[in-house]
Amino acid sequence: MLTQEKQAPALPETDTMISGSQALLHALSVEGVDTIFGYPGGAIMPIYDALFDFPGNMKHVLVRHEQGGIHAGQGYARASGKVGVVFATSGPGATNLITGLADALIDSTPLVCITGQVFAHLLGTDAFQEADVIGITTPVTKWNYQVTDATEIPEVLAKAFHIARTGRPGPVLIDITKNAQLQKFPFQGYKRCDHIRSYRPKPIVRKEYIERAAELINSAKKPFVLWGQGVMLGAAEQEFREFLEKSGIPAAWTIMGAGALPSDHPLNVGMLGMHGNYGPNVMTNECDVLIAIGMRFDDRVTGRLDKYAKQAKIIHLDIDPAEIDKNVKTTVPVWGDCKETLPLLTQLVEKKQHTEWLAKFQEFEQQEIDAVIREELFPTSGEMTMGEVIQQLNELTKGEAIIVTDVGQHQMVACRYAKLNHTRSNITSGGLGTMGFALPAAIGAKFGAEDRTVVAVIGDGGVQMTIQELGTIMQSGVDVKILILNNQFLGMVRQWQELFHERRYSFVDIQSPDYVTVAKGYGISGRSVNQRADLNDALKEMLEHPGSFLLEVMVTKENNVFPMVPQGCSVSEIRLK
Amino acid sequence: MPEQAPIEKQEYNITVYTENHVGLLNRIAMIFTRRKINIDSLNVSPSEIEGIHRFNIVINETEEVVSKIARQIEKQVEVLKVYFNTNEDVIWQEMALYKVPTDIIAEKAKVERLLRENGARAVVIRKDYTVFETTGHREETDNLIKVLQPFGLIEFVRSARIAIIKGSDGFNRKLREFERAEPGQDAIENEFLNSRDNVFSM
Repeated sequence: MLTQEKQAPALPETDTMISGSQALLHALSVEGVDTIFGYPGGAIMPIYDALFDFPGNMKHVLVRHEQGGIHAGQGYARASGKVGVVFATSGPGATNLITGLADALIDSTPLVCITGQVFAHLLGTDAFQEADVIGITTPVTKWNYQVTDATEIPEVLAKAFHIARTGRPGPVLIDITKNAQLQKFPFQGYKRCDHIRSYRPKPIVRKEYIERAAELINSAKKPFVLWGQGVMLGAAEQEFREFLEKSGIPAAWTIMGAGALPSDHPLNVGMLGMHGNYGPNVMTNECDVLIAIGMRFDDRVTGRLDKYAKQAKIIHLDIDPAEIDKNVKTTVPVWGDCKETLPLLTQLVEKKQHTEWLAKFQEFEQQEIDAVIREELFPTSGEMTMGEVIQQLNELTKGEAIIVTDVGQHQMVACRYAKLNHTRSNITSGGLGTMGFALPAAIGAKFGAEDRTVVAVIGDGGVQMTIQELGTIMQSGVDVKILILNNQFLGMVRQWQELFHERRYSFVDIQSPDYVTVAKGYGISGRSVNQRADLNDALKEMLEHPGSFLLEVMVTKENNVFPMVPQGCSVSEIRLK
Repeated sequence: MPEQAPIEKQEYNITVYTENHVGLLNRIAMIFTRRKINIDSLNVSPSEIEGIHRFNIVINETEEVVSKIARQIEKQVEVLKVYFNTNEDVIWQEMALYKVPTDIIAEKAKVERLLRENGARAVVIRKDYTVFETTGHREETDNLIKVLQPFGLIEFVRSARIAIIKGSDGFNRKLREFERAEPGQDAIENEFLNSRDNVFSM
């Protein structure tokens, strides 16, 4: 019954006259789109008109701002592995997508954004709500295209989905002029795209490079794996795990890679980068073979490049050839989809256990526990810490929830300490660092993974950037748990001001509204706690509440996130305090 | 692979084979502007294959920067192939036009010798002005400016550089590979791995 409902409506017969808007919706339906995040407006009205009674089960989620729409699309894509679809109107509707496009491009998130555009004959006349959307979005899209004739729509949409989801995924924007949305044309069917001659999403795997990589790994005494989101984008979690378990190599993750291997896997040694774990950062400059899988050596991961892993031979597995040698010169490039390359590598590596080498990571972990973690996660006096909130959340969710984070101190704390049992459970704005990402992304994530608990962990700064999306939650009835960690500061900026700007706290003491009252105004239950004794009960109430719930936890004001690799320092110069 | 690419900047000729797509010029240009790299010369023309465009871009940069830029260009969906070559690896030409007053040039210059020495020819001769044209390397077109300046050079313009790659056997065979859904093992896309520092390819 249910499957029948979800079935796409039958395509119109060949030569049936349909409008561009109908052709668009049929394209989305063939591509398996079940959810659209959008906001209507003048130049996209024909599409919305067609959507009004379009058969089938395509949901449309009315957001409160186009930025919220695109972040929701990102959250949906990241949670589900499917392409996120976003509608916006011309001019301001389209320009409001820019931050999300830039975010999706740098974090390789597959999106297809449809923007309305003024009538083709008005292009370039400074018409009402006209903006050069193709021009503006070119540097922040994997591909974009302006449709001015309805007959182009099926082929262009097929290309858009193919480009968005294949190779290194990314955002695609299709700008459709209003005349093309209205124009009737004889439908010629919809053919999904699987080949564009100028586009090679998947390189041919070269066995000799796999062999050379395997030789290096087999002769390594201190091999170290760094993994990123590529493992998840390639749906290669199982292949990755098999590679690690056979080779016995300790592995650390970038924040985009979190969750591809469960947090408690014995070979998972923690997080890399500026606020990553102590051992992984120090050991980057100790290992003899560094195996980077689906990650791009971001500066927040590498610290100072000329002092980064100089002693090591570098093997880099990546699907994007532009990433190889971009930041770190590789010894062996393994260019390809890690879903294909990892099993080939696993076949050739010897079964090993690097017990002593792994023990070194554990020594560093113990140091970090003593210097930082114990106090952060299990404080017994003083005000609450962000870490203990995440720790108690872990105990209640048992690592089963999807954790969506915003940007700043709470993000680093949540990513460091959240227990993740499953892949696609950590959704954060990694590359662009977009404050305001979490609330809308959590909405999208819930639509993308309806059977999972979604907790948005947000700071008091970020939540105020897209707080209007509470309206989306109210209207759609989506169940999102909103956990605001309020330290009454723009905490990360304050931390830097404390450490590097002589405590000159320039414009970081941000005030908050009464979040519980705000939530109440949107019909969302809420609670605020500032006592440790109430924390566990409040978290329980949030998780057990039927439907969305907002919980504000007042945490200590001037806490710093440690360890930290100060900007311009080497990863081995990581500070514990 | 050579450990160290030359670190000095020099002129590189970037050749890009592309589909005909509105907005692609912008997409390619942005790769340079984002990195604050000045494009010294840009020419877009048809190629040996109908429907395939050929960009010739000249920049002054280090090999490392150029190779990274080449990959970023090749990553664009409508770009088929990117090559980059030093001046030694290409045959290149630029064309220049010079407008001079006819009365002065006819009276004071030894026109026939001037044309011969500079490989120039007269394109238009009118009572009021004459237009010369020459084709060659930068020094040659620059030199003719110097020569004509004393005769009251009115206008000068030079075209973008066009360049033919000495070692290239054209794009026809490669395009046929690209058109196949599953290109063969010897394909195009592994040149990068065959000689990773010389040419980058997809």
